[in-house]
Amino acid sequence: MNRKTHDTTNVLVVGTGGQGVITASEILSDVAMVSGFDTKKSEIHGMSQRGGVVTSHVRYSDKVYSPIIMEGEADLLLSFEVAETVRWLHYLKPGGRAITSLQRIVPPAVYAGMGSYPENPEETIRERSKNPILVDALPMATQLGNPRLVNTLLLGMASTLLDLPLDKWKTVIENRVPPKFKELNLVAFEQGRSVA
Amino acid sequence: MNNHILSGNEAVALGAYQAGVKVASAYPGTPSTEILQNFCTYDGVYAEWAPNEKVALEVAIGSAMTGVRTLFTTKHVGLNVAADPLMTLAYTGIPGGLLMVCADDPGMHSSQNEQDNRFYARFAQIPMLEPSDSQEAKDMVEAGLLLSEQYDTPTLLRMTTRVCHSKGIVSMDAANQAPVPKPEGFKRDLKKFVMIPAFAKLRHPLVLEREEKLKAISEKSPFNRMEMKDTQIGIITSGISYQYVKEIMPEASVLKLGMTFPLPTTLIREFAGKVDRLFVVEELEPYIEDAIRIMGLPVEGKTFFPRLDELSPDTVTAGFVKAGVLPSDLPPLREKAPGSDMPRPPLLCSGCPHRALFYTLNKMKAIVHSDIGCYTLSVLPPLQSIETTLCMGASISMAHGTAKAMEKAGIDDARPVFAAIGDSTFFHSGITSLLDVIYNKGNVNVIILDNRITAMTGGQQNPGTGKTLQMEDTNAVDIMTLIKGMGCSRVREIDPFDMEGTLAALKEEVAHDGPSVLITKRPCIQLFRPDPKAVRVVNPNACIGCKMCLKLGCPSISQGDVIPDEKGKKERRYAFIDATTCYGCAICEKVCKQNAISVKKA
Repeated sequence: MNRKTHDTTNVLVVGTGGQGVITASEILSDVAMVSGFDTKKSEIHGMSQRGGVVTSHVRYSDKVYSPIIMEGEADLLLSFEVAETVRWLHYLKPGGRAITSLQRIVPPAVYAGMGSYPENPEETIRERSKNPILVDALPMATQLGNPRLVNTLLLGMASTLLDLPLDKWKTVIENRVPPKFKELNLVAFEQGRSVA
Repeated sequence: MNNHILSGNEAVALGAYQAGVKVASAYPGTPSTEILQNFCTYDGVYAEWAPNEKVALEVAIGSAMTGVRTLFTTKHVGLNVAADPLMTLAYTGIPGGLLMVCADDPGMHSSQNEQDNRFYARFAQIPMLEPSDSQEAKDMVEAGLLLSEQYDTPTLLRMTTRVCHSKGIVSMDAANQAPVPKPEGFKRDLKKFVMIPAFAKLRHPLVLEREEKLKAISEKSPFNRMEMKDTQIGIITSGISYQYVKEIMPEASVLKLGMTFPLPTTLIREFAGKVDRLFVVEELEPYIEDAIRIMGLPVEGKTFFPRLDELSPDTVTAGFVKAGVLPSDLPPLREKAPGSDMPRPPLLCSGCPHRALFYTLNKMKAIVHSDIGCYTLSVLPPLQSIETTLCMGASISMAHGTAKAMEKAGIDDARPVFAAIGDSTFFHSGITSLLDVIYNKGNVNVIILDNRITAMTGGQQNPGTGKTLQMEDTNAVDIMTLIKGMGCSRVREIDPFDMEGTLAALKEEVAHDGPSVLITKRPCIQLFRPDPKAVRVVNPNACIGCKMCLKLGCPSISQGDVIPDEKGKKERRYAFIDATTCYGCAICEKVCKQNAISVKKA
């Protein structure tokens, strides 16, 4: 019996608790849905909110069954933290792309001697993914006016690699953010697109 | 088309509202919590957080006895707490539809065990539905209520973390199969509702009869369906496992079971007869597989698919490779990158009052029985403050047992015995444990970590907060008065951020023979926004890189630049405080012996 390969787009969004992983994946899955795709999204809430590892799987296609991505089948790894990018690189399919913020968040566990922060993560990412986009997104967002704009910057970059209509991206972002932050988010989205 | 992308939990809430559910009761518990948080926002419904799951189910039973459609939700271990009313509710039945949603947590993403609650349906002999995605979760709410009403039984809707927390596209339109029945009010029926032995004996045979009727329903249920394709392989599956099977074995024939108690044995036999090789793919225990084996049918399952952890498309693929069904020359999985094994466990938040308490408590060199909540995270380095965590409320009673045993057996151990329990957990089932300690003259030092919220599940109201689930003002229980009323006068509030005062209080209570209660009164930091003026900074002229502050395990504190070399000395680094995440709780300032930490000078 054969294992069929479905024509599904798989995006793994990763980071640490409180960074905005869930919001980013909600926006992405909304864009996929309003673009007419069957869409599923899966993540684990609960303890991961407390500074732990957060991953969110987004899949879209004509028909999606599993809400989670298989290892080695992600088209895109979208990451808020560089050690988390390293942790999930093996989910990328051969030729899969990675977009990562270069922010480093060293967990206190490392200072407690439970392990060490990956050495030279940028090099590992370059070795193990095709043309990765590595961006120092946090200072960029801060300069735009709010560190939380990392989210929208990363989504802007992702929009250049995913086959989803630009107007749907903008509509979903406009509808999701509070009115007074609408303009700023659209600027961040465009800046993300220009970086990628 | 009116479609939205909803989680399984949101879909259940919507389905319950559209099916005319008027009353809902639950205790928060991952992964079930969002059901009531969403349900309570609909017009014209009553939804409450009960102090525990037993109370919640009893509220639901009382409601359904009037004929009103009712919802009860719980996480898997919560059903253990509610098992007492459940097992006799199965005898009495109820006139109104009663849907019991139980969210299992295979893989223990946020739980103390991964028990398989499908066995509760078989144990109580009540019908069970298992959705595999959000749309099904919504559809099964009304179906479950109809089963409940037609067969005078509660219905168990058994979900799992991956169904509760995955999102999929759901039709928002109400699609009721039948009109919502008009409640007939409470009607006296002594032989049905008063379970004295003589009457319970009359009810038990009805339970068995009901099971036979439900089995006939299961055979014909639209939720149990054959999807015939290549008949070399037949796969029986339910819940989220169905999605993994369809994903990786699109050519195989599938018997998709959505009603899994009673099992449709005739349908299973028919399906088995059509396929050459029969598999069961199910998470956790061989619940379906064992039933099929008892039917005398050859079947394979747990030989290939693990009993441990949640399944995934990866483990299901590996199972079919091992079974020789899928070719073994699949492309090898990519290796994990070096550095991917760095631990990043969940943490107490920056500014969390629990951190200060446990840092101080560590100085007592005590045996600390802990309970279930954020504070359980103090087990991890660097704090490593607690010895046990078992179930809700157990800390106080276990501490009592430990103290009594040490005393009676003359165990040579000078360590004092403490119990650490949160406010919501104390209300859940710590009160009766404390009553035991006081009544039986125990010598336990109880610390109630009162952070004014149910924090671990994301900040729910509880009987101590003065707000209901629907955010109405209400009474806030006075814990001090409650404990005094129970007969323990040695109870007082302390501020965990006053670390010297806390240490003095801990020492005094240890010196006292008999039960005592300290209440650390500091609200959960998640209830506040950080105050930029309170942010702490490290003075490089004073910091010697001794790492004292790092022993707090605060996510805002890390190591920064190397301290300029003094010949022959080991390399040291300045402590660094992340200004964007620091809440200014100042406990790092208090533990720093070099006075190198202070507020930022303007």
